[in-house]
Amino acid sequence: MEKKFVGRVVGGGNLIGEAVVSHQGVNTLATFQKSALKNAKQVFSSDQNNPDIYKLNLTGKILCLPKTIGSTTGGLVIQTICSMGINPSAMLFSEEIDSLACSGIILARNWENSKIIAIDKLGEEFLNYVKTGDKIEIKEDGTVIVIR
Amino acid sequence: MKLTKEEQEILNGAQGETKAKILKTLVEFGDVFGAEKLVPVTHDGHLVTSFGIGLIKPLFRIMDEIIDAGIKTKYPFTVDPRPIDYKNVKCGLLDKLIFSKIMYSQQKRYEEQLQKIGLKNVNGFTCTCYMDEVGNIPKYGDVLSWAESSAVVYANSVLGARCNRNSGMLDIFGAIIGKVPYFGLLTDEGRKADWIIEVKTTKKPEAQILGSAIGLKVMEDVPYVKGLDKFLGTELTDDAKSYLKDFGAATASNGAVGLYHIENLTPEAKKLGNKLIKQNVKTYVIDDEELERVYKSYPVLWKNKEAKPKLCFIGCPHLSYNQLVNWAENIINGLNETGNKKVKVRTILTTSPDVRNKFEQTELYKKLMKTGAKVSSICPLMYTNNPLAGKKPIITSSNKLRTYSSSKYLKDEEILNVIIGKEAK
Repeated sequence: MEKKFVGRVVGGGNLIGEAVVSHQGVNTLATFQKSALKNAKQVFSSDQNNPDIYKLNLTGKILCLPKTIGSTTGGLVIQTICSMGINPSAMLFSEEIDSLACSGIILARNWENSKIIAIDKLGEEFLNYVKTGDKIEIKEDGTVIVIR
Repeated sequence: MKLTKEEQEILNGAQGETKAKILKTLVEFGDVFGAEKLVPVTHDGHLVTSFGIGLIKPLFRIMDEIIDAGIKTKYPFTVDPRPIDYKNVKCGLLDKLIFSKIMYSQQKRYEEQLQKIGLKNVNGFTCTCYMDEVGNIPKYGDVLSWAESSAVVYANSVLGARCNRNSGMLDIFGAIIGKVPYFGLLTDEGRKADWIIEVKTTKKPEAQILGSAIGLKVMEDVPYVKGLDKFLGTELTDDAKSYLKDFGAATASNGAVGLYHIENLTPEAKKLGNKLIKQNVKTYVIDDEELERVYKSYPVLWKNKEAKPKLCFIGCPHLSYNQLVNWAENIINGLNETGNKKVKVRTILTTSPDVRNKFEQTELYKKLMKTGAKVSSICPLMYTNNPLAGKKPIITSSNKLRTYSSSKYLKDEEILNVIIGKEAK
């Protein structure tokens, strides 16, 4: 079964991958800082306040979320995990992307040659539908297909 | 985005490749949010990134690139607190090894980089740059290129300046170009409230829990808070400003609030009142029960949840002078009451270097030192990032520190009781 959603492209690309879903705002610093500090090969979410993704592996995954929250180091944190190559392959936002995540995506793509994909405004229905472990296909025009 | 001739020339490389790339990043960032233009920054900067963590290689590399290109910020800037203070925050040999050789191995290099591009002065390391003693105080209506979530929300809400929740690195880029994209909290429409918060508590709510509750509920929306002036008054006194500092930091770290309005108190709410509230807003009622529910929802992350605390941090964001005096008096008086001479848990009160210098001139400081408590200008969050330090049972009265570390949050009264040995925890 497939269900299609269309959003706005913030950072484009084509990709097929596995979803990890957070129904609450992802606190970028709390989520990524421990793995980044340990120079880890993969990111396991360290945000104890977000049970949806706590301790889940996010590297190479498609992170589905409403938006990011928390410290204004957020953009630099995203840029850093992209420079380390341990970032999620894509971030799919149900709402309009927030300023911190947007900074991180643009910094990563402009200054780190990262291919991280970001699509926003996918809608509440997207986040209600997609589940962790779903297969997702992303197209460069902002189309997101959830395959179950 | 429409660019001026000069901006277009910079983008085309007239002032070098690095500056072009910096402006390109700002323009792309603004485009995502529908910014139609860049507007001039009108006040000194404040940067969030104060720590030379070796792993943040992109930061040091870009700073080198900026320096090599001979670029400086348009105005001087302050920056968040330093991550290390061995004099006042005692560390074991292993801790020191991890801090100096592994985690913050680039601290010296980074501070030199900051000085080269426009750091205001060597005391400019604090998250509360807007304190009178520090002097980085924007005026009503000033446009800023700041980061540090607690400082941004304070500048917007309490001072009436205009600043988006910029990320680290974008704060430097805006300060260099001297312009920021015009959208969001810079616009009149973006400063209107999406939520009405009705505070219906029977007593003055703990700033840290009230802010947390609101942040968790409204995320990045703008709340208009009614009923709090009953407890804080209608003038921005030192006490009210200190309360709002801690309240705002909790809204910004537990959620992503960049601006709040307090009815009859904060400048725009006083000036515009209900005109600041959008139509069809949502309402969130906060009473004693709701605050207690939020407080009890905080997980305790210590391995041994009943462990005796080994360290206590008070002051994230950094304490104001009046808060520092209040804590010092409460600790000294509390110890007199319990008959203890020394604090029962190693206690660090954190404040800006300028406030610390002022406080060190007082008799109260000498009395406080006799209790064993310390005053530092460290960033507690950066301290708790050390994997060894992070394992310790640390208590704090900061909801921000609780959010980003495994520290346990206690209300002001509870934490004082632990410090003075009135109540075993």
